[in-house]
Amino acid sequence: MKDLSQAKNFDEFMEGIWRQNPVFVMVLGMCPALAVTVSAVNALAMGFATTFVLVCSCLLVSLMRKLVPKEVRIATYIVIIATFVTVVDYVIQAVSLELYEALGAFIQLIVVNCIILGRAEAHASKHPPATAMLNALGMGIGFTIGLFALGGVREILGAGKLFGVSLFGANFQPWVVMVLPPGGFFVLGAWLLLFAAIRRKKGIPPAESKGCHVA
Amino acid sequence: MSSSVEIRSAPHIKSPRSVEMIMRNVVFSLLPVCAFFVYQYGISAAASILVVTAACLLTERLFVRLGRQSGDLSDYSATITGVLLGLTLPPGFPLWMGFVAGFTAIALGKALFGGIGFNVFNPALVGRAFVQAAFPAAIATYTPSFLPGRFTEFIPSSLAWPLMAPADTAAWLKGMQIDAWTGATPLAKWKFEGTLTDAGDLLTSLAGHMAVGPSPALILLCGAYLALRRFMDWRIPAAILGSAGLTAWLIYAIGGTKYPDPFFMLFSGGLILGAVYMATDMATSPVTPRGMWLYGSLIGVLTVMIRYYGGLPEGVMYAILLANAATPLIEQITQPTPFGKGASIRAGRSATYTLHPDYISREEAAAKMSKKRFFKNKPKKP
Amino acid sequence: MNVANPMPSATPAASLVRTLGLVSALCGVIIVGAYQGTYEAAAANRRIALERTVFKIIPAAKSMTEWQATARGIRPAGGEAAEGAIKFYAAYAEDGSLAGIAVEGAAKGYADVVRILYGYSPDCQCINGIGVVATKETPGIGDKIITDKAFLANFKALDVKLDQALAKLANEVKVVKHGSKTDAWQIDAISGATVTSRAVGKAINDSAQALLPILLPEIEKLRKKES
Repeated sequence: MKDLSQAKNFDEFMEGIWRQNPVFVMVLGMCPALAVTVSAVNALAMGFATTFVLVCSCLLVSLMRKLVPKEVRIATYIVIIATFVTVVDYVIQAVSLELYEALGAFIQLIVVNCIILGRAEAHASKHPPATAMLNALGMGIGFTIGLFALGGVREILGAGKLFGVSLFGANFQPWVVMVLPPGGFFVLGAWLLLFAAIRRKKGIPPAESKGCHVA
Repeated sequence: MSSSVEIRSAPHIKSPRSVEMIMRNVVFSLLPVCAFFVYQYGISAAASILVVTAACLLTERLFVRLGRQSGDLSDYSATITGVLLGLTLPPGFPLWMGFVAGFTAIALGKALFGGIGFNVFNPALVGRAFVQAAFPAAIATYTPSFLPGRFTEFIPSSLAWPLMAPADTAAWLKGMQIDAWTGATPLAKWKFEGTLTDAGDLLTSLAGHMAVGPSPALILLCGAYLALRRFMDWRIPAAILGSAGLTAWLIYAIGGTKYPDPFFMLFSGGLILGAVYMATDMATSPVTPRGMWLYGSLIGVLTVMIRYYGGLPEGVMYAILLANAATPLIEQITQPTPFGKGASIRAGRSATYTLHPDYISREEAAAKMSKKRFFKNKPKKP
Repeated sequence: MNVANPMPSATPAASLVRTLGLVSALCGVIIVGAYQGTYEAAAANRRIALERTVFKIIPAAKSMTEWQATARGIRPAGGEAAEGAIKFYAAYAEDGSLAGIAVEGAAKGYADVVRILYGYSPDCQCINGIGVVATKETPGIGDKIITDKAFLANFKALDVKLDQALAKLANEVKVVKHGSKTDAWQIDAISGATVTSRAVGKAINDSAQALLPILLPEIEKLRKKES
């Protein structure tokens, strides 16, 4: 019995990291994924900020799932998500102004990131707090991994660095396009191609798009 | 994969004119242009063309293997992409960047769309656009032509290590002690410094140390050969050069001395090469005659506009890519009218119209037409 | 569709309002808590970031005060900012003497407005050092204004002397083509990044033209650090 529930919990956690990875499988939250991933640090910061909002919102939504009438549930979710986004906004300002300026408006825009509303509606509102948090954490980490995969490649090619550490010496020729918006599309496209190739090789049918709009 | 027996559906037209044969002739016609380019810039230019072409062929091979798309190296299309791309890059372009350009050209410009015949954009220009965005400094670094010792010594920037920044060409050129050298192209000189180069010199590309591509006169000659043998439609280059010249002349006539004369506009930069070899790529240009005129004029006008009002000195590449994107639309609105169907089809053009079997039968269409007329002339009920 | 049962389980309006009110109140508490908790640190961060830029431009500086200039003269910033006031920062050395003045300037560059901070030395009436506050110029080209040593060398004693009447600059700050700087009030542009170089020159010129005629007559006010 205990083993079973543990396996189930693990499944909940791993769902977002691999099987339903928000970036590579569900292709959700593309706006921040393309816009702020010019460096690995930015990507991780954005990922952690989103994870924090995701986990906190899902916890609160799950706790209140019996109290909230379904007519106003979306409004409630949005208020809850907006609250935690505001909290994250203040915290990042207090931690590092540089990071705050690098992420720009995309911190506030976490509020419309459809991963969060999607998780709140599809998962947290139907599961007890512990499960909801576990699932949200997995999703958040999956999103962070996705952003890091973009940000890492873009920083390596676009600046010859990773986490600000020079990899190729001073004479490196940066690929300017990689830190410009088109570079985000190129790298994302290359990753999606890779994952599609893996899926085809394993014989898994292409994932049907089950997201909301691409925010 | 390939079998000795080919099974195809009708019509079984036997003609020597295959894709392969046309492409081979285009490659042949490019050889004098390449030779001239090498004569201008020496071994660096030769190495650049070879590396870019090799990158294109390797990438083509890789994707034909990986995917299930048709394509064969012997159809020469990847060779053309490589050679054209090599001709548009500066002769001292680092070879590893040339390799990136060649790879991107085929991978992004051709293979992703499904291989030969399915590409929306001219692959060579896709490759160039990518390296233009990735390495804007290197692609703007030109060296003057006819440098002494160009056949024994590489331009130092050519031999940069992969991923590493190229050597400083300006410093190397200063060491050469050539009077009146400059690494800026005539267009960049006009745009940023306001000095004009003589159009006649540009046409031959033979006068002194100029940072220009192969001679426009030679390209026009090679293009004329292709057009005469019907391997290329003359309408597209004619429309491009005509509209570009006309636009430049209009602006010159109205704006006066602030703008260069139309001949400078025509013979500078890559306009001639683009008009003759890039814009005429069969997969990415319209097939309807009126569409060709429209497509060509769009490129000509856009080129002049980008050169005058854009941030970059050269605009041919973006103009052609934009027109490539507009090609399906142009083809749709310039469908030719089938023989004998003038009035009825023009009337029905606002509705969706394709080459439907209905229209092919004369009698039927005539019947329809009379019906229409009857309804049209019917007096309105009070 | 189903006429017989249009609203399967309608919740009374009062309950909806109550729930929303409750959630909003809870969220309000969380936000206020976060704001209070981070306010000090965020304000300190902002001050440090500004000080770091100012101190980088004026290396001798150890402390600074914020001032603003209007048509009527200069006064320490604080309270309501007057209409059209120009902000600048007086930086002081360790012994309390004036080390330099940092002024903000902005002009349109290639991609977006380039905002810079430049250090003005009243003694030589010249500009020593610039720092970039915000730029969205093309990485690798336009952002050379931060890294290009030859370009930054322009801002060692860049001449911004006022004319006899103290009404405007004696010589406008001008950006010239790379390699053709002849006078102390000219800026040698970066080759290949002319547009951004011009933006820097224009930002300095515009801001100096507006501020210096007001500032210079009253420079004595700034000489000693107010405690």
